[in-house]
Amino acid sequence: MSEATPRRVRVTSPRAVAARAQRVPPAREIDAQTLLGEVYMSSLLRSQLRLALLALTALGLFVGGIPLVFWLVPDLSDVEVLAVPLPWLLLAFAVYPFLLGIGWLYVRAAERNERDFTDVLNRS
Amino acid sequence: MTAAGYSVLGVTAVFVATLAVGAYGWRFSRTTSDFFVASRTVRPGLNASAIGGEYLSAASFLGVAGLVLAFGTEMLWYPVGWTAGYLVLLVLVAAPLRRSGAYTLPDFAESRLESRGVRRLSALLVVAIGWLYLMPQFQGAGLALASTTGTGAWLGGVLVATVVLVNVLFGGMRSITFVQAFQYWLKLTALLFPLLFLAAIWLGDGAVSPASVDVGAGAVPGDSWVSPLAGSGDHELYTTYSIIIATFLGTMGLPHVVVRFYTNPDGAAARRTTLFVLALLGLFYLLPPVYGGLGRIYAPDLISSGRTESVVLELPARMLAGTAGDLLSALTTAGAFAAFLSTSSGLTVAVAGVISQDVMGRRFGGVRAFQAGAVVAVLVPLGLALLSEGVGVAQAVGLAFAFAASTLCPLLVLGIWWRRLTDVGAIAGMLVGGGCAGGAVLGTLLGAAPSGWPGALLTQPAAWTVPLAFLTMVAVSLATPRRVPRNAARTMVRLHTPEDVQLDRGTPAAGNPPR
Repeated sequence: MSEATPRRVRVTSPRAVAARAQRVPPAREIDAQTLLGEVYMSSLLRSQLRLALLALTALGLFVGGIPLVFWLVPDLSDVEVLAVPLPWLLLAFAVYPFLLGIGWLYVRAAERNERDFTDVLNRS
Repeated sequence: MTAAGYSVLGVTAVFVATLAVGAYGWRFSRTTSDFFVASRTVRPGLNASAIGGEYLSAASFLGVAGLVLAFGTEMLWYPVGWTAGYLVLLVLVAAPLRRSGAYTLPDFAESRLESRGVRRLSALLVVAIGWLYLMPQFQGAGLALASTTGTGAWLGGVLVATVVLVNVLFGGMRSITFVQAFQYWLKLTALLFPLLFLAAIWLGDGAVSPASVDVGAGAVPGDSWVSPLAGSGDHELYTTYSIIIATFLGTMGLPHVVVRFYTNPDGAAARRTTLFVLALLGLFYLLPPVYGGLGRIYAPDLISSGRTESVVLELPARMLAGTAGDLLSALTTAGAFAAFLSTSSGLTVAVAGVISQDVMGRRFGGVRAFQAGAVVAVLVPLGLALLSEGVGVAQAVGLAFAFAASTLCPLLVLGIWWRRLTDVGAIAGMLVGGGCAGGAVLGTLLGAAPSGWPGALLTQPAAWTVPLAFLTMVAVSLATPRRVPRNAARTMVRLHTPEDVQLDRGTPAAGNPPR
């Protein structure tokens, strides 16, 4: 039976080698400042800037919004939570864990962006 | 032993410990790179403690409690803003600034914009902001020593200046890093430990709310102590937001803060260090407001006598009778001196770095220039502090923040994120922002205090000078598109790509190369 089996023949396209040889590593595209290199760079820049603006928006909205809210509703100053005045509770205690939380999420996401960028550049 | 005796002992111990910890670092300090940036090998944990130690100045240690005692909840915006400033710094500046590879801020400006003019102007601004910030440290040291031990007001400043100079001359940044890391924990302990006793007494007394106390004469009329809005009348919203803008954005422009980022090994470490700092600052700033609140119950006479800034120093002795109170007061006094020493050390290193590179670089080289720069960096503000008594610590620090937010903040933010910034645009923006902010607050300090809106705009200028500086920088840059730096694209690659990718990053910013 085994004698009847035809010998295996490797079938390859002659174009495969040629196609691979044309591939330029992205790092060199960036170094040569080609249009493609620009795309790699601006995608990294844009993702990092978007992340930064997201963090700043959260800061501006939740911390920067406090004066506006208290200006619009002055009676909030008299609210007490567990015998602590609300403005005091917000500004003396609650704001610090909030800032740390934003910072932590930001560092995680920024490092992920950079890992993605490194992966793209090292893949080929 | 008398109360003053304990204080002298505490302050002496801080001075001796500072010199001893610094001497530990002297042994490692050999090269120019050691002196300027501790050879960029400081780990996030140590570096964050050092940044915290450096950043928590007299204004944080004494000023916040005093302001809260006098004006109430609205003054909490200062510690909040000083912490949030680090978040803004983390998000916009930390990693790219480290990756720029520059030693000082003028190095960054020159390499990004490829212009000597921007370099010179930013060097001038760094020295101006540094001196503006050093002056109140020396003044505060004089006041604190005078109020606790009864010496002349000049002695505290001279003592602090001497100890700082010795450490900087012999060990540079390497030595200072150890000193400042030690001083963060000293400052935290000096506030936390007495507070445990004070809080126990307060609970024993029935836990009266500070807000319910009527302090009588000296309180600002018509202003609720619990309201989170600064000032009173028509422009309280404007004043509050102006404080927020100055502190949130001014932090990144302070020279001693910026120079610290060059000591990290890489961009990712710079981010992690900053996150660490956020945690350390948040922990510390929980404490001073409590002193302010307790002071309202137990030391209300400080408000009417206008000595609110000494509430941290005096409260323990007032609430605890006998030796225990005196000892705890001595501890807070020692902590205050740690604050003066660490902030002045950091500022001296930053200013000395700039002076030695941009003023003296051609005549001396390396370490010798750095040491000569340090002498100038300390003596000028010390002289100013001795000559001009009466400018409040908080006022001068506020001016430094507004000034930094209107000048170096736009330069950093636009330089890092906007490719089309030009050297002409940067110079125009810094001149307009610095001119307006500097003029406004100088006018206030000299006593020109109009009432109503002009007064509000002058005393808290950041809300209009910062946007003005940004707009000028963008508009002038757009009008001079031919002056976009030739290597801007390459510089952006250097600022934003992680170090583990092999890329052509151009030549890094070169100040004094390590020898």
